[in-house]
Amino acid sequence: MTGVLRLALADLRFRALAAGFNVLLLALGIAIVAVLLRLGGQVERSLQRDLAGIDLVVGAKGSPLQLVLSAALHVDVPTGNILLSDAEALAANPLVRQAIPVALGDNARGFRIVGTSAAYPAHYGAALAAGRLWFAPMEAVLGSDAAAGLGLRVGDGFVGSHGLVADEAHHDEEEHGDGDHAEHVEDDEHGHHPYTVVGVLAPTGTVLDRLILTDVASVWEVHAVHDEGTQAPPREITAMLVTYRTPLAAASMPRLVNATTAMQAASPAFEVARLVKLAGFGTDAVRSVAYGLMGLAALGFFATLFGAIHDRRYDIVLLRSLGATRARVFAVVLAEGAALATAGIVAGFALSHALMAGAAAWIGASHRIAVGSALLEPAELWIAAGALALGLASALVPAMMAYRVDVARTLARGPA
Amino acid sequence: MLNIAGAVLGYGDRPVLRIPAFDLPDAGHVLVTGPSGCGKTTLLFALAGLVPAQAGRIAVDGTDLATLDEAARDRFRGRRVGLVFQALRLVRSLSVLDNLLLVADLTGRRRDRAAALAALERLGIADKRDARPETLSQGQAQRAAIARALLHRPALILADEPTSALDDAAAAGAAALLREVAAETGAMLVVATHDARIAPGFERVLRLDAG
Repeated sequence: MTGVLRLALADLRFRALAAGFNVLLLALGIAIVAVLLRLGGQVERSLQRDLAGIDLVVGAKGSPLQLVLSAALHVDVPTGNILLSDAEALAANPLVRQAIPVALGDNARGFRIVGTSAAYPAHYGAALAAGRLWFAPMEAVLGSDAAAGLGLRVGDGFVGSHGLVADEAHHDEEEHGDGDHAEHVEDDEHGHHPYTVVGVLAPTGTVLDRLILTDVASVWEVHAVHDEGTQAPPREITAMLVTYRTPLAAASMPRLVNATTAMQAASPAFEVARLVKLAGFGTDAVRSVAYGLMGLAALGFFATLFGAIHDRRYDIVLLRSLGATRARVFAVVLAEGAALATAGIVAGFALSHALMAGAAAWIGASHRIAVGSALLEPAELWIAAGALALGLASALVPAMMAYRVDVARTLARGPA
Repeated sequence: MLNIAGAVLGYGDRPVLRIPAFDLPDAGHVLVTGPSGCGKTTLLFALAGLVPAQAGRIAVDGTDLATLDEAARDRFRGRRVGLVFQALRLVRSLSVLDNLLLVADLTGRRRDRAAALAALERLGIADKRDARPETLSQGQAQRAAIARALLHRPALILADEPTSALDDAAAAGAAALLREVAAETGAMLVVATHDARIAPGFERVLRLDAG
């Protein structure tokens, strides 16, 4: 450790309370900005992975954002259903390279059951960790998180429940052995149509991990039970995930769907950008508060160091009389600013990792979205550099005051 | 060791002290006395390079201080001069031991911890090595300051009113200690004081007149 740094740290220890309070302020500001950056970065990457290769989501008319969220990201309820015949007609369009059907309606303890085709797992490059893909209705392939969450393996059976989220009250009753369980099975669970697990997917890091995949015909079969005795309605699916054959399709396809069919076309890229912008207003406000905290911390550093220079005038004189040059005294005060900022940066990033670990546990449990805590966003390095610059800037004026102390005159006046 | 010729000393344009000629040998001790305001402290500051001479020549250990810029005078002081003040003794944020090692920290030299501990032992305050300055008595703080001034074996030790706050016994002890350690390290000791109690024992006395 250099003499300058040793002196700087000794003085900060001497003023531990004021220094610690301001370090805490800076750490809080850095932690909030870092968490926002990291969460934003992870959500953005997660969205990019989930929406990769999906140029258009086609579904029932309604909110286009809701359509994308429900059919592509599986975090919202669908806008409705579309006729299979309409969807197949669109899939046959020469501008469409791939059209993946999505049929929603049921869940198994909160994990969505998605009626689809083999093209869906193939689209995300999913590999089987065990078993095989489905060949027939009522065979299911579980995403890795779904398999772990449900505790199911190849060969196990399960039944789906109506709806897309778990019924908490229902499960509470189940766990407590409520006597009305049979009634619930009849009303909400498709107890007469159990699924058989035939495969489990390896983790993909995409939305696929938390889904239960099956044939579209499974969804029709399960729900046909409710309509028994009436004339079979036309086949429906919830949505279709479309990949263009050519980028030129982007110019005409959405308009074609929206203007000439009963369906709605939504561009995931556009809708997600809109969503991020909407969410941005909230995060911008939080970020402003965080920057405010960092600014307050810098003012606190300045006040601490400025006050210390008055308090330490004779210490500075003593240093100079013992052989310290003006530049060295300047460096000591500047090092104090840098040390305060560094402590704030280290504490801030440690706090941000703790917050992210908490957020990962909470979001993962409540929203079934994977959020990590270990990643470092490149922009965080700029935050660190900015905080260090703040620390140095706050020390600049006190350092100049230390530099300008007139040793002889101060000594001639004598200590107070 | 010390060579002063035609020196005019003061602050800014205001002269405080004129010394036509004054020489001291390489080692020994001299007491600078005189009434308050006569320039005793100013002389010490000038010898330490803290106040540049307005005119004339001050040479310390063969170096003409007028030829050095401020930073060079600071470095010269750190290497060749040891300073002891009446009240301004120790840096409050440092332990006694770190106060002794301060000169090494400030001048970029190796921290000689063993020598610092030996100096504390020599001055009878080894048990205070980790103590904070505010916990020391005046006499202990003065001893620690003396130990620090001697640690880098300076050629010149300057002490400004080192005994004025001490009782008779402590004052005599501090003065004797300064002379002893100066003799041990072969340094020239210059003590500025109006404290007549410590005059006995000094080889030379330089009396400054007011005005």
